Amino acid sequence: MHIGLTPDQEFFQETTRKFLDAQCTPAELRSLAADPAGYRPQWWHQGAELGWTTPLVPEARGGGSISGAGLADLSLAALEIGRHAAPGPFIPTNVTAFSLGHSPAGAMAGAWLDRLLSGAATAAWLRADPPGMDLGGAALTARTAPGGGLVLDGRAPVAEGAADADVLLVTARTEDGLVQAVIDAGAAGIRRRRLDGVDLTRRWAAVELEGVEVGADGVLDPGLAEGQLCISLCLQQAEAVGAMQAAFDMTLAWTANRYSFGRPLSSYQEIKHRMADMRMWLEASYAITVSAIDAFDAGRPDASELASAAKAYVGHFGPELVQDCVQIHGGIGVTFDHDLHLFLRRVTAGVPAYGSPAQHRRRLAGMVAQRVAS
Amino acid sequence: MSDRAAGTKPETEDVESFRRRARAWIRANLDPAPQGEAGLGRTRSDEQELAQVARAREIQRALFDAGLAGICFPVEYGGQGLSLEHLGAFNQEVAGFDCAADLQIPTFTPCAAVILEFGTEEQKRSHLPAILRGEEMWMQFLSEPSGGSDVAGALTTAVRNGDEWVMNGSKIWTTGAWWADWGLCLARTNWDVSKHRGLTVFMLRIHQPGVEIHRIEMLNGNREFCQEFITDVRIQDSDRVGDVDEGWTVGIRWMFHERTAMGGGSPYVVRPAGSGSGGLVGSGDSLWPLLVAGGRSQDPTALDLVGEAHTLALVGTALTPRIGASMRSGALNDQAAAIARLYSGTRSVRYSTIAYELAGPAGLAWDPDDGDPGPGVGYLMRQAACIGGGTTEMARNVISERVLGMPRETSHDRDTPFRDVPRGPAAG
Repeated sequence: MHIGLTPDQEFFQETTRKFLDAQCTPAELRSLAADPAGYRPQWWHQGAELGWTTPLVPEARGGGSISGAGLADLSLAALEIGRHAAPGPFIPTNVTAFSLGHSPAGAMAGAWLDRLLSGAATAAWLRADPPGMDLGGAALTARTAPGGGLVLDGRAPVAEGAADADVLLVTARTEDGLVQAVIDAGAAGIRRRRLDGVDLTRRWAAVELEGVEVGADGVLDPGLAEGQLCISLCLQQAEAVGAMQAAFDMTLAWTANRYSFGRPLSSYQEIKHRMADMRMWLEASYAITVSAIDAFDAGRPDASELASAAKAYVGHFGPELVQDCVQIHGGIGVTFDHDLHLFLRRVTAGVPAYGSPAQHRRRLAGMVAQRVAS
Repeated sequence: MSDRAAGTKPETEDVESFRRRARAWIRANLDPAPQGEAGLGRTRSDEQELAQVARAREIQRALFDAGLAGICFPVEYGGQGLSLEHLGAFNQEVAGFDCAADLQIPTFTPCAAVILEFGTEEQKRSHLPAILRGEEMWMQFLSEPSGGSDVAGALTTAVRNGDEWVMNGSKIWTTGAWWADWGLCLARTNWDVSKHRGLTVFMLRIHQPGVEIHRIEMLNGNREFCQEFITDVRIQDSDRVGDVDEGWTVGIRWMFHERTAMGGGSPYVVRPAGSGSGGLVGSGDSLWPLLVAGGRSQDPTALDLVGEAHTLALVGTALTPRIGASMRSGALNDQAAAIARLYSGTRSVRYSTIAYELAGPAGLAWDPDDGDPGPGVGYLMRQAACIGGGTTEMARNVISERVLGMPRETSHDRDTPFRDVPRGPAAG
């Protein structure tokens, strides 16, 4: 992701890449297409051992990052996961670990955090938008219960990894704004239904909450929600960039090896210029994503703005790039046997997640309006 | 450019104390930056133009006297011998102030950068301090009427005569040649070898007998571009830059410096933070007044366009330093500057379109008493951003061939003596 990684970061990325090279072959991904969870628990465990779950959690709580810039470190794993179109609840589990790791070490948070960090458990995030904002969030509401707890109601129609998650992070609306809670995914009042989706191995579920009771020790600080969104956007764009890179590399090689009319495709200026445009979109996607990651790691106030810009850009040009790769491949590019669709699926799944590009453009315009008005 | 220019001061000033020194001086000595269009979008009178140039020279002289000129130029040629980080700090501190930044290209780069890289010791000592003092303004005598992008196909010819050369021909698309002092000129010195092997670079004093300057009026009324007609102009051999017939070696770096400047990542020019194609010009913030004036601040379509322009501005701001860092680290070769150039051109085009849409009817007709014309005229000039400084088509060629290693375009002039290369349809 970043230019000028530390040797430790390079090592981390390299071990993740080697692990995924061995474990996440295209053949394996195709066989996982029929698997309900889309990934193997043992495999997720190993990923956790490689350090996929700890970077956003303070050391004192069992986490720790390589460089001190946790999101930058984690984005290296995200990039490789995207480059391999790898399955697993990577984003929601890390988002939940972040919030548990930045909440008081109560009984509920502590127990779940340890299991998330070790890879023994995974999480899903059911997300409502803050009042006045529309990033495609779910209709989830909360009311306060006696003793400082909450009662949750509503429906999250498309929640990543929710069918197999052990724990749910819920961001819901009240009349006064957002509240957050962490709940056992098997708690009374929760109904989960598996969905089919565009990604071969990533899984989504529809979740209904009906009078789900949360004790005081499961209530989290709603102030963490903006950070959660920022992390999700950054990791999701890093994954998308990885998938874009894979599709681009595959297509560049194809243009050199495929001959038409006695010349390689790569010798046609039309093809060259499209590859040049794609190379620009790719570099620009790296740049804006890294820019948002750095702002988040530094605690800068423009992190949200940059994260929205990253989504608005990568969410648009990511799928455009991979679709153009399909076009350059011709008919074989839309077959199941070719690997290109693994990456097309990954960037396509990313478009509406955590707010669509159009929703983020609208959010950016709102930020501009606020700044100009003040 | 390495982290530090050659010829560092014995004790290098650290970035933060340099920043404090720059800030204090800037606030005490510079005026607020003038508002309005820069570069090609500008339409102003000759008197205004000359006053601006005179002012730029004064500002440059003041910067020089304050030890703030040529931040990344070596000390022995009048620069400060400091790093890109120092330049970055200066760019931040000078934001919002008039530092004559729009006149730094092409004088400081590519011209001074080329002299620094290829000039003789005598040439460097004679010209670089004068440039940094604001005494010499330079222009590029590169393009010719016979070919825009094919700069190596230059027809302007210099013939050797003892210690002198005699030059004849015509150059075009030189900005401000009517008020500038010197031109860096690419000329053909050998017609019997192939195109790239018969070129030489010269330093040409612009205002002298035999150099006739014709000003070109652009469709928006701008008259900065010139065409020069060069007739029997004598040039001393000591004003030759690089070896005889090795002009293309110089030319490749020349155009690299130009692309780097267009993309916004050059160490040789001051670029106030938030300005220029690599900065936040064209941010959503700058479009907001158009939205309000058109009564569309609640219109979802208009808001979407503001968000798009803002996204593209933020991406541009992130992209330019990334490419610079990639080239310095060796992750990308120096041809990757073309990626930033392609981005800035295509982004600017999109911005012009969005601005015209947001302006509504006020973009197409306006009251002359209200000052500058609106985004309508900017829209008419839209493609200039993808033409000047090397077209985006050329940038795409460079990216595909030099960055991605795709096959070169077939050409019919590489292995043929230049005099035999076709220059138009065959007769009959």
